[in-house]
Amino acid sequence: MKKTYKIEVDCANCALKMEEAAKKVEGVKEATVSFMTQKMKVEFDEGMDEKNVMQAVRKACKKVEDDCEIFLND
Amino acid sequence: MTKKQKKVLYRIIIAAVMMAALYFVPVEGYMRFALYLIPYLIIGYDILRKAILGIVHGEVFDENFLMAVATIGAMLLGVYNEANGMEGEFAEGVAVMLFYQIGELFQAVAVGKSRRNISALMDIRPDYANIENESGNLEQVDPDDVELGTVIVVRPGEKIPIDGVVMEGNSTLNTSALTGESVPREVNVGEEVISGCVNLSGLLRIRTTREFGESTVSKILDLVENSSMKKARTENFITKFAKYYTPAVCFSALALAVVPTIFNLLMGNPAHWNVWVIRALTFLVISCPCALVISIPLSFFGGIGGASAKGILVKGSNYLEALARTKYVVFDKTGTLTKGVFQVTGVYPSEEFGREENSERKLLELAAYAESYSAHPISKSLREAYGAEFGQATVTEVEEIGGHGVTAMVNGVKVAAGNAKLMGRMGLVCEQPAEGGTIVHVAVDGSYAGYILISDVVKEQSAAAIGALKSIGVKKTVMLTGDSAAAGRQVAEQLKLDEVKCELLPADKVEAVEQLLAEKAPKEKLAFVGDGINDAPVLSRADIGVAMGALGSDAAIEAADIVLMDDNPMKLALAVGISRKCMRIVYENIVFALGIKAVCLILGAVGRANMWIAIFADVGVMVLAVLNAVRCLHYDSEFK
Repeated sequence: MKKTYKIEVDCANCALKMEEAAKKVEGVKEATVSFMTQKMKVEFDEGMDEKNVMQAVRKACKKVEDDCEIFLND
Repeated sequence: MTKKQKKVLYRIIIAAVMMAALYFVPVEGYMRFALYLIPYLIIGYDILRKAILGIVHGEVFDENFLMAVATIGAMLLGVYNEANGMEGEFAEGVAVMLFYQIGELFQAVAVGKSRRNISALMDIRPDYANIENESGNLEQVDPDDVELGTVIVVRPGEKIPIDGVVMEGNSTLNTSALTGESVPREVNVGEEVISGCVNLSGLLRIRTTREFGESTVSKILDLVENSSMKKARTENFITKFAKYYTPAVCFSALALAVVPTIFNLLMGNPAHWNVWVIRALTFLVISCPCALVISIPLSFFGGIGGASAKGILVKGSNYLEALARTKYVVFDKTGTLTKGVFQVTGVYPSEEFGREENSERKLLELAAYAESYSAHPISKSLREAYGAEFGQATVTEVEEIGGHGVTAMVNGVKVAAGNAKLMGRMGLVCEQPAEGGTIVHVAVDGSYAGYILISDVVKEQSAAAIGALKSIGVKKTVMLTGDSAAAGRQVAEQLKLDEVKCELLPADKVEAVEQLLAEKAPKEKLAFVGDGINDAPVLSRADIGVAMGALGSDAAIEAADIVLMDDNPMKLALAVGISRKCMRIVYENIVFALGIKAVCLILGAVGRANMWIAIFADVGVMVLAVLNAVRCLHYDSEFK
């Protein structure tokens, strides 16, 4: 399952950091962050609850980049 | 500026004003420290917070940490000096933070602006589709909810939300968001239209032929959003570099503060440890890797963004990197270098028939009429070449002979049109022209009248594109085609290609590309350019697969690494130009930033660089590197 989320991030490097952090979260198979379109695309592992996973992703991203935001309620 | 950036700007102004005022305030001692602490906290509280959070989260060595340590160290040193009866220096610590924030704000604004410019250019996502409800009124619905085969209405000024066929109306379309082409395209009833184009003049009713998710616009947005997936080697290098570099400089700075002090103590000299601590702090500020860490991803982002604004979609920065080293370009023929449509390119009456007046026109007329009942693409080309005043002759006794051609009575004259076999069957000797293409021989009243040459037409820009590639250092241009040797050679000669391989099956094309891959040096890259039809295996085998004319070909978008949105081969030379510029800027920034920092670090270590030079080495270099990186966005070229 793949889903796209709107994000807010200020610099291209911070976007890279977020991507790295998101990839390490359990339940995330693949994650890409596009700085240009301010989108995060997440592919989830089979049978994972995306809502819970995304909460963890958001937390992980906040850890590496305090200023970033992921908009989860779409 | 965003709200967040404005807030930073106000903080910068307040802190700067306070610092300037404090310069004139005649307070001494710890009171001064307390007063300087106010602008320091105003300007630096978020950096300090991030540094602490970083330590808590185990992400110790980042630029926030460097800044926090350097500025806190500078402030504490001031306090130490005060305590020992000397005059403490507090302005430097505040200034470092202040300039760091100015630099950060500057880069955020510059980057945000360029990002918005690019995304505005790529803003092709349609927000709604209009459908007519029972009462005949237009209703706006989510394009995702529109079912296949629904008729949607697109008014002038609106974007076409979903791929489809025009049912009613005619108009001109602006395709620039998709192709970078500024000339509007005309559309009429029955023609296919692609989502993402903007309807300019007339109302169109369109029957959708795809769902929104499968439409061109969705595919392209998908591609753009995923373009950061594949990282360039240089980008990975910087990430790894920063990982080792930052801790390394932190420990070096620590060593710089401790080792000479201990050495002095051991030698029985005064320790001078405040001197070495300030040197260590200067060293820390200089060594901050922000210039690289920020400018390298920004350069690639700019390169990819600038390219997409020109109708060149790059799927990852690694392909941009590879593209800059393209030395071999392999082209598919049909649809890539040629238009892929068959046109009459020559009418050659026989010597005898040629004596008649207007013989070329007559020959074409007879052939076109004879073939007028055939659905074969060849007969369509003949009819098109003959033109408007069609349909006034009587055509009877049409007989189609499979694999040979047709015979018919045209205005009472017996006409045979077909290949050499047909002529042979009639006992006629025909000419064997050397040109490639399909040849239609014509016999009139049982005698040979000449032939008509039908061939694929080379695109106007192809020759110039090959020339442009050569001029930018491509070593070898090769064309692969499934066509006959005669047809292939002719095109190759016309376009001045270095090599041509004809009569290839799709599998042979892969083999030919593999052969070339084995031939070249490992650093040289091979690009394959195709129109995406039957090319998928070759596109994925080449170092860089370039699909041309993405409009309407999903297979191309998926298999290729780079997609040229319109089918102009000149775009390839443009893409190489953009990638070269981008890579040059990346290397410039690496050399420039590391060079300046190395010099300043040495000066700092031996005590020849003060805090102000350190601020330049950090913020100044960062600002210059960012300005340089922003240049990646714009590329002016003679290759249009």
